[in-house]
Amino acid sequence: MSEKEIKNHGAEHSLSLEEIFEQRIARDEKIEPKDWMPEKYRKTHIRQISQHAHSEIVGMLPEGNWITRAPSLRRKVALLAKVQDEAGHGLYLYSACETLGISREELYEQLHTGKAKYSSIFNYPTVTWADMGAIGWLVDGAAIINQVPLCSTSYGPYARAMIRVCKEESFHQRQGYEIMITLANGSPEQKEMAQDALNRWWWPSLMMFGPTDAESVHTAQSMKWKLKRKTNDELRQQFIDQTVPQAELIGLTIPDPDLKWNEEKKGYDFGKIDWDEFWQVVKGHGPCNKERMTARVNAWEKGEWVRNAAMAYAKKQEDKKLKKAI
Amino acid sequence: MKNNWPLWEVFVRSKNGLEHRHFGSIHAADAEMALENARDVYTRRNEGVSIWVVESKHITASNPENSGELFEPAQDKIYRHPTFYTLPDEVKHM
Ligand SMILES: [Fe+2]
Ligand SMILES: [Fe+2]
Repeated sequence: MSEKEIKNHGAEHSLSLEEIFEQRIARDEKIEPKDWMPEKYRKTHIRQISQHAHSEIVGMLPEGNWITRAPSLRRKVALLAKVQDEAGHGLYLYSACETLGISREELYEQLHTGKAKYSSIFNYPTVTWADMGAIGWLVDGAAIINQVPLCSTSYGPYARAMIRVCKEESFHQRQGYEIMITLANGSPEQKEMAQDALNRWWWPSLMMFGPTDAESVHTAQSMKWKLKRKTNDELRQQFIDQTVPQAELIGLTIPDPDLKWNEEKKGYDFGKIDWDEFWQVVKGHGPCNKERMTARVNAWEKGEWVRNAAMAYAKKQEDKKLKKAI
Repeated sequence: MKNNWPLWEVFVRSKNGLEHRHFGSIHAADAEMALENARDVYTRRNEGVSIWVVESKHITASNPENSGELFEPAQDKIYRHPTFYTLPDEVKHM
């Protein structure tokens, strides 16, 4: 053995748990709940998965607002099914998050006390029926772009939950776009309503991809753990490039005077995003932050007696069964 | 009063002829509610024809840190595989 070989041999044996762990991820192996993992990996995943779960659950509120006022039975069953899917997404994700050793109760606690965040987009109000179209088309559309890469993320339970989520998202976006098509082809008032919704949801949708790469703190680490495959700016560009033609197709105008096709980069150049607005909403000063949190906390607190009654009933049934057995 | 619903693991048979597969977990007060919740959460699009639920605390899982000792005994038993046995090329259907 040459000196160099001996050195390499020695190094191989002194690989730390953490290095072995990183190599497993680099080899595209999945990490499963009981595997050893660095504390930072566990924490980062609890943060991201729970934030994702909270977003699904809070995301039900703006759309839930219109279920009883949907303009037809067809629209109503679709919206109802969509909102129910979002509840399902939240539950898949909470269940994935709990495998990292945090309880559902702690997760809710973090949301209700403001310790955990959820996607800022849900802090905007849904003022007309056209908002149901714009949300499905743009918000679910942006979510799909963010979520598809997560189907192959390194943490097994998260990846499996995301595969199920992504399968269901496509209907969400299509039902939204269909609403927009119908309004855009309707009366002048209806078309105006569709345009107004696009005007209000466009910029917040672009913000859903997060701060620009220059400002983003987590990107390098997230790439390594496959929580990210592309940067925020790349994903944002992809969203713009695929959405602009969809707007043109139905005769709606993207509310950005600087939007222009750039032949060289084969993509659109676009105007400046108002990041001050973004940070204001993140910090809790969006138009509906308070309303959303009040709704969540109320649902949890006012549901406590139901949860207790169900447990009492379950115990009673169990006791009855035991008595019968004796 | 803290009265949290316990956690249940959900297994779904997607169609007859296939085994039940782990789908995820769910909170519910009792087994019956766990079945109903699992139906709503995991089979909204005909993903299953049968569901099992079992309270998570009743599952005993092997520890990945002991995988070495646990699975190593099978590793050197190559005689359990058909390729271990040498047969003349002329033998057909074997
Ligand atoms: Fe969703
Ligand atoms: Fe969705």
